[in-house]
Amino acid sequence: MTPAVETSGLTKRYGRRVALNDCSLSIPTGRVVGLVGPNGAGKTTLLHLAVGLLTPSAGTISVLGHAPAESPAQLGRVGFVAQDTPVYAGMSVADHLRFGEWVNPGWDSSLANDRIAQVGLDPAQRAGTLSGGQRAQLALTLAIAKRPQLLVLDEPVAGLDPLARREFLQALMATVVEGVSVVLSSHLVADLERVCDYLVVLVASRVQVAGEIEQLLSEHHRLVAARRDGLQLPSGWKVIENRETDRQSTLVVRHDRPVVDPAWTIEELDLEDVVLAYMARASSNGAHRPTLVGVQR
Amino acid sequence: MIEFHLDARSGVSPYQQIVRQVRSGLRLGLLREGDQLPTVKEVVGLLAINPNTVLKAYKELEHAGLVAPRPGIGTFVTATLGDGAFAAHGPLRQDLMRWLAKARRAGLDDESIDALFQDAFRSSSERGIA
Repeated sequence: MTPAVETSGLTKRYGRRVALNDCSLSIPTGRVVGLVGPNGAGKTTLLHLAVGLLTPSAGTISVLGHAPAESPAQLGRVGFVAQDTPVYAGMSVADHLRFGEWVNPGWDSSLANDRIAQVGLDPAQRAGTLSGGQRAQLALTLAIAKRPQLLVLDEPVAGLDPLARREFLQALMATVVEGVSVVLSSHLVADLERVCDYLVVLVASRVQVAGEIEQLLSEHHRLVAARRDGLQLPSGWKVIENRETDRQSTLVVRHDRPVVDPAWTIEELDLEDVVLAYMARASSNGAHRPTLVGVQR
Repeated sequence: MIEFHLDARSGVSPYQQIVRQVRSGLRLGLLREGDQLPTVKEVVGLLAINPNTVLKAYKELEHAGLVAPRPGIGTFVTATLGDGAFAAHGPLRQDLMRWLAKARRAGLDDESIDALFQDAFRSSSERGIA
């Protein structure tokens, strides 16, 4: 099956600064993909490359099997909600829907009107006077009503209060039921945990890890053991993070098969733990973290 | 119709929580043969979770022979769990409530009550095996 997004050696430079470095990904369709990383990691750059707002400096990207924005048909296949869910402040809600219908051949106006009524927006209200949550719902409606196969959303819930955030994610998940693939970015793992089934961790312009969330959780564990020199790890284990005190070693490892090793206490990790381990590794540039000083009793 | 809820701090994955809630509904007689489970769309709309999570939970319940999908309509309960002796549940629950009230009056907190119950439960099961 054609991947939703496929990249190979994808690189984007702004002058001398590298915003995205040698990114190779293959994301299947039918998923809700969380793109997570700290601010400035390159998330927006990757999303803008996917929707065709930017062109690569090197490498390739294809979206649903086509070059981004290569044709009007491709533009119709991909819905995009930019950061801070921008709308035209001077235009009414109804104007936005008319505009959407005007520029999108596949526009589903009954879907758009139903959604606007469902979330309680007044068609006559000017978009500039909407609350953050209402504005996000309007932007989502515009992206959904063009009936895309893929929805790309850049930090869609970052500025929303908890209730608006929940309502937004409910609406987004309802469109996933209809078979739409979704890629959304966030710098908060908590936003993604329930809604995503696929994760891409982007730190310092590079993809650190990507995969099915369930698989990532089953392949990563925290190992704790009393510190001793020459500690041997079973083959097939890859150390993601290594912290040592004077008496204890704490590792986060990725492994290809389940392990039982009496030398180590093995703990489950949640998604945030896994993401943080990769972030810590990336920020130390692959070098070992400085040894932490243990608590002296 | 039952309504699912999720406990974010339980450490149990959302899909497992849905499976457990259906199983406990079957055990307590809240769900009976022929009852319809909420549709995927309803669960997603309520909990704001990934639809695949709900599908996975329903698949597992289907494999366990507890529910079956009717295409285009929804997912329905096809079996009961436990002994079906729901009539006995009421009086037993009342006894348990009285016992819980007694334990609280004796100064036990929730954790102590739970520990005491689990301990008694284990020793009674062990005696059952012996």
